[in-house]
Amino acid sequence: MSVAAPAEAQVSAAPLLQVRNLKKHFPITEGILIQKAVAHVKAVDGVSFDIRRGETLGLVGESGCGKTTTGRCILQLDRPTEGEIVFDGINLNDLDSRALSPLRQRIQVIFQDPYSSLNPRMKIGDIIAEPIYVHGLEPDAQKRMDRVRELLAVCGLNPKMADRYPHEMSGGQRQRVGIARALSLNPDFIICDEAVSALDVSIQAQVINLLEELREKFDLTYLFIAHDLSVVRHLCHRVAVMYLGRMVELADCDELFDNPQHPYTQALLSAIPVPDPDIERAREHRVLKGEVPSPINPPSGCVFNPRCPLAVEGCRSDIPELREVKPGHWVACTEV
Amino acid sequence: MATTCQSWIVYRQVSSIDTGAREILPFRFGYACNALPLPNGVSVTALLEIEDLRTQFFTSAGTVQAVDGISYTVEPGETVAIVGESGCGKSVGALSILQLIPDPPGRIVGGAIRFQGRDLLQASDQEMRDIRGRDIAMVFQEPMTSLNPVLTIGRQLTETLEHHLGMSRPDADARALELLGMVGISDPKRRLRQYPHHLSGGMRQRVMIAMALCCEPKLIIADEPTTALDVTIQAQILELMKDLTKRLGVALIVITHNLGVVARYADRVNVMYAGKIIERGDAGEIYRNPRHPYTLGLLRSVPRMDLPRKDKLDPIEGQPPDLTRLDGGCPFRPRCRFAVDRCATEMPRLEAVDGEHFSACWQADALTATERVAS
Repeated sequence: MSVAAPAEAQVSAAPLLQVRNLKKHFPITEGILIQKAVAHVKAVDGVSFDIRRGETLGLVGESGCGKTTTGRCILQLDRPTEGEIVFDGINLNDLDSRALSPLRQRIQVIFQDPYSSLNPRMKIGDIIAEPIYVHGLEPDAQKRMDRVRELLAVCGLNPKMADRYPHEMSGGQRQRVGIARALSLNPDFIICDEAVSALDVSIQAQVINLLEELREKFDLTYLFIAHDLSVVRHLCHRVAVMYLGRMVELADCDELFDNPQHPYTQALLSAIPVPDPDIERAREHRVLKGEVPSPINPPSGCVFNPRCPLAVEGCRSDIPELREVKPGHWVACTEV
Repeated sequence: MATTCQSWIVYRQVSSIDTGAREILPFRFGYACNALPLPNGVSVTALLEIEDLRTQFFTSAGTVQAVDGISYTVEPGETVAIVGESGCGKSVGALSILQLIPDPPGRIVGGAIRFQGRDLLQASDQEMRDIRGRDIAMVFQEPMTSLNPVLTIGRQLTETLEHHLGMSRPDADARALELLGMVGISDPKRRLRQYPHHLSGGMRQRVMIAMALCCEPKLIIADEPTTALDVTIQAQILELMKDLTKRLGVALIVITHNLGVVARYADRVNVMYAGKIIERGDAGEIYRNPRHPYTLGLLRSVPRMDLPRKDKLDPIEGQPPDLTRLDGGCPFRPRCRFAVDRCATEMPRLEAVDGEHFSACWQADALTATERVAS
């Protein structure tokens, strides 16, 4: 059931990150003293993609589809069950935590919730300086604080905010602190896990613009995990759609939004309301029936088949592989 | 019982002229007998009329003017949206209608809320209890936390039916079954005996909607009904609410921050900022021709699926104001690119700019002129 590596055919520059057949299964255990696994939650079940230098790959899907777990596996916060994660030619799965440390400087993360991802007892300055201290990059405390002020300014905050605590700041300001912390180690690659989802629209637009500016300024590569497709369309070069632990479609951003192939992608795009009553009331809505099945006992064959309008007999038994329907456009469906 | 039934008949005659739509309702059990009797001589036009409502929170940091003099009406059977960002007072305004503001620290300090011509702020606690859930129902944001985890789905539905409509247990059970079917829950018989934790988020929100519908209210207030749900489930729930409110002739107040949701479902829109309504109008009109800089800014700052990609988004700079420190001027002034000197001293009133389109901005006319130049 290995999924063909979709990016192999289209790589022009060497990819910064290669994910091959990534699987992460969480055991469900029973018993008090002797714990034995009775089932597995297949959070990620065979996902492959490449991310090129300087590009932003969007990873979209609904809750429980495995997009956050994929991000955590790349960060090695969760060790993958199977598969390879090759960052700049080095397979991260082979490394122990000591050997990972220098690579961790190069891969950073911005979390979703700006309220719970900052330590409420630390000052903003200390939150941003901590990674620099931990990795021993700048032993001098004074110089560290200079760097912190510089980072705050880069992220559009007043350098004086270094002396404040997180509770004194608004959601948008906290998210900027999260971004400054991610930048503090000069990373190559940042995973944005729903980085703008918790923010109000007017603030969200500010943070999206900041992320774009920083990408150009520091030559960053992003993996942008989100469920809001309109934000993904604005920010990403390529987009991968996940459903129940599998990748169902991968294409260039414009191609995916203009010409979605997989029935799930089509339904997902149709479900997003457009902020214009004239267009919104005129267009056709394809409302998906049913709910996302449990990843503990996913449907056999194509995981989307119980909700799929195109499903045929074969979909219940055969797992569709990602295939290239157009150069650079990969779809895991036999019926398109 | 006889007297209430009489008043019900009177009420039915009046309301059927008003709404027409209520005729469709199945009155199989005759449980609408307890419907709110109308005071004599009151001619009802709007179903709900809110006038200069003020709700404040008295905290150690100062008085928060969460809702600062809002007025709007809801006609029978229509869908009105209240749009705004977090902290603008949209939820507090809705909770004030049902007097669900925790006191202390909050208090409704002024205004009137007239429901079918009767001021709810003058109603006693007992009268409010009768109104909540029967005449005005609420659908909350978090389907995870707003259902009681230790009661079965069936019990949560039948409790309301027994309390408000005096139904017997078997009748209530039968009605609960019917309601669950109506909101599209599969295998409703089994679901009645299940607990909320057995159900997914979308299913729980369907149960919330069934609970809101169970006494056939005239008004449902939905506070961010789909914010916690995934897009495909959000589409399901919104279609369901739209269909049911239309079929049953129920008026709906939708509180949301999602401009797309508003575009798809609302007839009229109220835009709120810092506790005030700053623009009101027909949904199409507001989107086509916004007459307040904040509404314009909101519409510009969302990335759109239907337009070509832009290089840069056009955000509203700055932060929303601290609601404990409002001065006499327009609260949007520090973020506004159209601001003039007058904005600092005088808060503009919500005034008609064009027929049924209202805006609270000194520059409402300048805005359209600039817009035409820009486009």
